[in-house]
Amino acid sequence: MNTKLLSLTAVFAMTTAAVSADEVRVYNWSDYIDEELLTKFEEETGLELVYDVFDSNEVLETKMLAGGSGYDVVVPSGTFLQRQVQAGAFQKLDKAQLPNLENMWEVVEARTDQYDPGNEYSINYMWGTTGIGVNVGKVQEVLGEDAPIGSLALIFDPANMEKLASCGVHFLDAPTEMIPAALKYIGEDPDSHDPDVIAKTEPVLMGVRPYVQKFHSSEYINALANGEICVAFGWSGDILQARDRAAEADNGVEIAYNAPTEGALMWFDQMAIPVDAPNPEGAHAFLNFIMDPQNIAAASNYVYYANGNAASKEFLVGDVINDTAIYPDEATLENLFTTTPYPARVQRTVTRLWTKIKSGT
Amino acid sequence: MARRFLILVPYLWLLALFLVPFLIVLKISLSDPEISIPPYTPTLDWREGWAGFTDFLSQLDFENFIFLTEDDLYWKAYLSSLQIAGISTVLTLLVGFPIAYGMARAAPDWRPTLLMLVILPFWTSFLIRVYSWIGILANEGYLNQFLLGIGVISDPLTILNTQTAVYIGIVYTYLPFMVLPIYSALEKMDDSLLEAGEDLGCSRLSAFWLITVPLSKAGIIAGCFLVFIPTLGEFVIPSLLGGSETLMIGKVLWEEFFNNRDWPVASAVAVILLLILIIPIILFQRNEQKQREAEGQ
Repeated sequence: MNTKLLSLTAVFAMTTAAVSADEVRVYNWSDYIDEELLTKFEEETGLELVYDVFDSNEVLETKMLAGGSGYDVVVPSGTFLQRQVQAGAFQKLDKAQLPNLENMWEVVEARTDQYDPGNEYSINYMWGTTGIGVNVGKVQEVLGEDAPIGSLALIFDPANMEKLASCGVHFLDAPTEMIPAALKYIGEDPDSHDPDVIAKTEPVLMGVRPYVQKFHSSEYINALANGEICVAFGWSGDILQARDRAAEADNGVEIAYNAPTEGALMWFDQMAIPVDAPNPEGAHAFLNFIMDPQNIAAASNYVYYANGNAASKEFLVGDVINDTAIYPDEATLENLFTTTPYPARVQRTVTRLWTKIKSGT
Repeated sequence: MARRFLILVPYLWLLALFLVPFLIVLKISLSDPEISIPPYTPTLDWREGWAGFTDFLSQLDFENFIFLTEDDLYWKAYLSSLQIAGISTVLTLLVGFPIAYGMARAAPDWRPTLLMLVILPFWTSFLIRVYSWIGILANEGYLNQFLLGIGVISDPLTILNTQTAVYIGIVYTYLPFMVLPIYSALEKMDDSLLEAGEDLGCSRLSAFWLITVPLSKAGIIAGCFLVFIPTLGEFVIPSLLGGSETLMIGKVLWEEFFNNRDWPVASAVAVILLLILIIPIILFQRNEQKQREAEGQ
């Protein structure tokens, strides 16, 4: 039986090897690329591209820590990348295979450096802010013309939320996004790792929880676009995609995105190559393809997220490069903050607090 | 010899697909989390031989199980899952029994078609079927559009993201598992028993309670188990259709595993869940066996 098992494994190993030579497997966030780029990559390189998607860093991280994910390129956010590098999940980039690195934007590289010192393991794909998406018409109908649509008070003040509950509010199901925002709202350090300070967000979040219809990290795009909900606390580009879909559907829904005036979390999604990637060469080819200014510009034009590629700016359409919700002006940029990963014990406190907020237990 | 071999096959099956995975989970539940691949320590290194094995054993402890008793989240989630599974099973039985009964009463020519209709949904992915309920139950969904259209309601009903939606999803998904065993029990029933009952002055209703229900008991019990057991650990339906207040152990398990990256605690939760499931099954089987023995004498 043992020999049989062994030979079976050998067969599997052989088939994976045979497949991986001309195949690149990419695992990226959902709604995060112009799919024409995928065909273009296949045509240019002759490699076959397998493109899978996820909607939470946690799912990706679990696959990385389990090992043997079979992916060649994955896209964790900065804080998650930092921990996964520490766990030994990624391989150093072979910069000789990445001539397009020269196109990258040093302003962004300087910031991603805190997660990946020297940017040795990753390149920036997109970056953005976490903020408030509103269905302008419905929110004004409920809260009046002067509704504070750009302020965290819209989602953390129970008086506002009580009224908004009738038209539907979604929050991200991501404590690492919601808790920093709540901390910012009460004037604490959003990157605090002190459990006592983090605990201060409990009454804030508990106070508005009854009015939150759902905690989910991707459904709000469609829900906002088709008028199912009127407020979502979510990622900038996702909300701008909702705006675009609503405009296309011409259904009378007008969506607006605002980075909170109190300050917004700035995040970076980084492309990296798992340490056990079956086709690291193909992975480098994909990274290099993405760093081509025209390609990454096409992706940004499609998903409404800013990218970390300086050379791509001339290929961006006006309503991307000129929109301060995507490429913030100096004043907004100063108001953005970043966070760092929680240590394991603090992470447990945060998750527990989040469970309590979501389920009431 | 041939007979022994025949028994060996299911045992090997159980060993490979149940006992070995269980031991792996148990092993992880006794270890400690760590930022590495895999994210726990210690890991067993066969190359170090026996010394490595004893060293590995000495590092295991029951810390994670103690942790589960210290936070009321876990037993509340277990209880809430038991409650949801219990209510869903009763609801599925209430919906499933009449369907099975109708099928068994139908003309024999029709039965294969009806059976086919029950099985047919399995040909579509489970995930797609649950997703389509989002389209039906949403505030702007088909159900509300229909009800608003015929003027039954003036404001859309909020069903999606509530406990009601979870029950609808579970009953819908697990209905065939309830219908099929009950149908197979009812189909075997001898109709002359009912006639005899009526000849002896039994009303139709009491004949149903005194003859049909007891004779389909085996099917009802099998159906209830087939619904109850998977529902207890259900994760997909509550996360797609349920709201934030739906607390189920599957979700807690997910959070331990994904959000906390604490595989050891997640494994401990899974081990307890398994024990919760296995104990009633064993008790039930013992009871059945005793009854059979009593009947035999």
